[in-house]
Amino acid sequence: MAAVPTLAVFKLASCDGCQLTLLDCEDELLALAGRVRIAHFLEASSAVQPGPYDLSLVEGSITTPADAERIRAIRSASRRLVTIGACATAGGIQALRNFADVEEFRRTVYARPDYIDTLATSTPVSAHVDVDFELRGCPIDRRQLLEVVTAFLADRRPDVPDHSVCFECKRRGTVCVTVAHGTPCLGPVTHAGCGALCPAYGRGCYGCFGPSGSVNLPALIPVLQRDGLDDRDTERLLSTFNVAAFAAHDREPRP
Amino acid sequence: MPDTGQTALLDRAGLDALVAALTADGRTVVGPTVRDGAVVLAELDGADALPWGWGTELEAGRYRLVRRDDGAAFAHTSGPQSWKSFLHPQREKLWDVDRDAAGELTVCPARNEPPSYAFLGVRPCDLRAIAIQDRVLAGGHFRDDGYAERRSGAFLIAAECTEPGATCFCVSMGSGPAAEAGFDLALTELIDTGGHRFLVRAGSAEGARILDRVPSEKGDTTTSDAARSAVDAARDRMGRAMPPMDLRALLGASPEAERWDDVAARCLTCGNCTMVCPTCFCTTTEEVTDLTGDHAERWQRWDSCFDLDFSYLHGGPVRASARSRYRQWLTHKLSTWHDQFDSTGCVGCGRCITWCPVGIDITEEVNALAEEARS
Ligand code: SF4
Ligand code: SF4
Ligand code: SF4
Ligand code: SF4
Repeated sequence: MAAVPTLAVFKLASCDGCQLTLLDCEDELLALAGRVRIAHFLEASSAVQPGPYDLSLVEGSITTPADAERIRAIRSASRRLVTIGACATAGGIQALRNFADVEEFRRTVYARPDYIDTLATSTPVSAHVDVDFELRGCPIDRRQLLEVVTAFLADRRPDVPDHSVCFECKRRGTVCVTVAHGTPCLGPVTHAGCGALCPAYGRGCYGCFGPSGSVNLPALIPVLQRDGLDDRDTERLLSTFNVAAFAAHDREPRP
Repeated sequence: MPDTGQTALLDRAGLDALVAALTADGRTVVGPTVRDGAVVLAELDGADALPWGWGTELEAGRYRLVRRDDGAAFAHTSGPQSWKSFLHPQREKLWDVDRDAAGELTVCPARNEPPSYAFLGVRPCDLRAIAIQDRVLAGGHFRDDGYAERRSGAFLIAAECTEPGATCFCVSMGSGPAAEAGFDLALTELIDTGGHRFLVRAGSAEGARILDRVPSEKGDTTTSDAARSAVDAARDRMGRAMPPMDLRALLGASPEAERWDDVAARCLTCGNCTMVCPTCFCTTTEEVTDLTGDHAERWQRWDSCFDLDFSYLHGGPVRASARSRYRQWLTHKLSTWHDQFDSTGCVGCGRCITWCPVGIDITEEVNALAEEARS
């Protein structure tokens, strides 16, 4: 890496929440600003420097032909490209369109549908270009973001385990909401990273970090249903910020 | 530790005085208390914090607190934590290293003065589990200094079981329900016409010394006999049992069993069973660097053989399938643990059964493996 590495932050189809996590790193932000040259970060400054960039953080999914082009340009201007958040890593909540008729939305919602130039799907960045690392979450976790940035600055592998939320839940000493309260929880199939936030407040995990590295939905769904969810509730629970990622996993056991 | 033969009777006030005496000695007293719909282990500021009048109703994958009319303090089983949460904490810093302007590295061990613990209400199965972790973490070639320090200062007050849970099977693992050794004090709770009281036995000189400082009545043979028969009755009320056979040989001979496919279809590989197990000791290390690049830290945190990364070698995990990971857990607990540490790795506490979100039952799996081996 150059003496002072450059950092760039880009946004595609997304809510800005993940970029905001970087600004939320209040204490560490000064240290970061001392270690890298922030060359492109529109949320923080309109001063933009041209690439190439040593590390690019990309938020948001690909939903337009223009963004599909743009991500190629970002990739070729970036030594390392890290995607951040459910939109960039899984297509986000907007990937609900992948399972519906986008033409119909366009006709119903917009007064001038011909102004809207959109793709039929919302896809993760990795479906378009090579990605060096995907950081999950809606939004991402501040601590994990710092770990990823620090790791890339030190040229080491980030310590971001892809086991289930249950690991973090037990390590935190939380009483399991499924076993002790009969509350439906997606923790056993969800990627760790949040520190098991929801169960610590007595509610079930709703999967905002997407599927873990080892998912068994056919084993979990009967437990969710025992605890009161019907088929429709179950599908809704699995159809939020990571809908497309959970859709890739079987609901029924394979014959 | 020798049983000193000294016995005494405490009432609720006496139990409170015991906690006060331990606290006065500078100890952190940890014991069961109710939080978030379960009996958890936490620092106690007095005996009042114990779960008086709470019992537990357990099944595979299910835990509920229930009210008890008798006001018992130790009529609950199998909470979501074990004493390892304190002796072998989930995350611990091992050392720091700093690089100065000349590039010189200075490493300093990060350990603080260990707390001096007193554990109140250690079940006989958990006494056995602590002894097993002692062998693993403090007894072998690879000593965990933090564990050894915390452990050597810990004062253990056992609570014998008179109310086993539906997921308990300590009898078939030979580790309960009576406390035989490895404690400083052992309590047996008695609630009958003689009132609500605790028979206390001293198991060490330190235990006898503390007991002397607490107002108590002398133990008598009638109470001792009542305590014995309450514990003996518990022996016959175990919720579950392992098959009466050489489990080490069974698991050693079952690597290709079909049952592994059956259980793998039900297993979430969520890791809850290993996290709640009082003997599972596995950790991974975390290397933390800061943004300056001149400061790094090494931390140790709980890991589990259900984690894909646990067996990650160059190119991928060795145990990629759920089948191979569940098999690792069960085979290590019941078979290869003997090869490594000269004992079983299971004490029959039932936690892995209760706290498995889908209720996978280690005794049911082993019975099925035994059945398959017979056929
Ligand atoms: S509360 Fe949810 S995340 Fe926590 S252990 Fe239970 S199932 Fe897992
Ligand atoms: S046996 Fe149960 S607790 Fe253990 S990993 Fe499988 S589903 Fe989780
Ligand atoms: S394997 Fe299960 S029953 Fe045996 S000691 Fe561990 S948690 Fe308890
Ligand atoms: S069963 Fe798994 S987590 Fe537990 S001690 Fe053995 S290898 Fe470690």
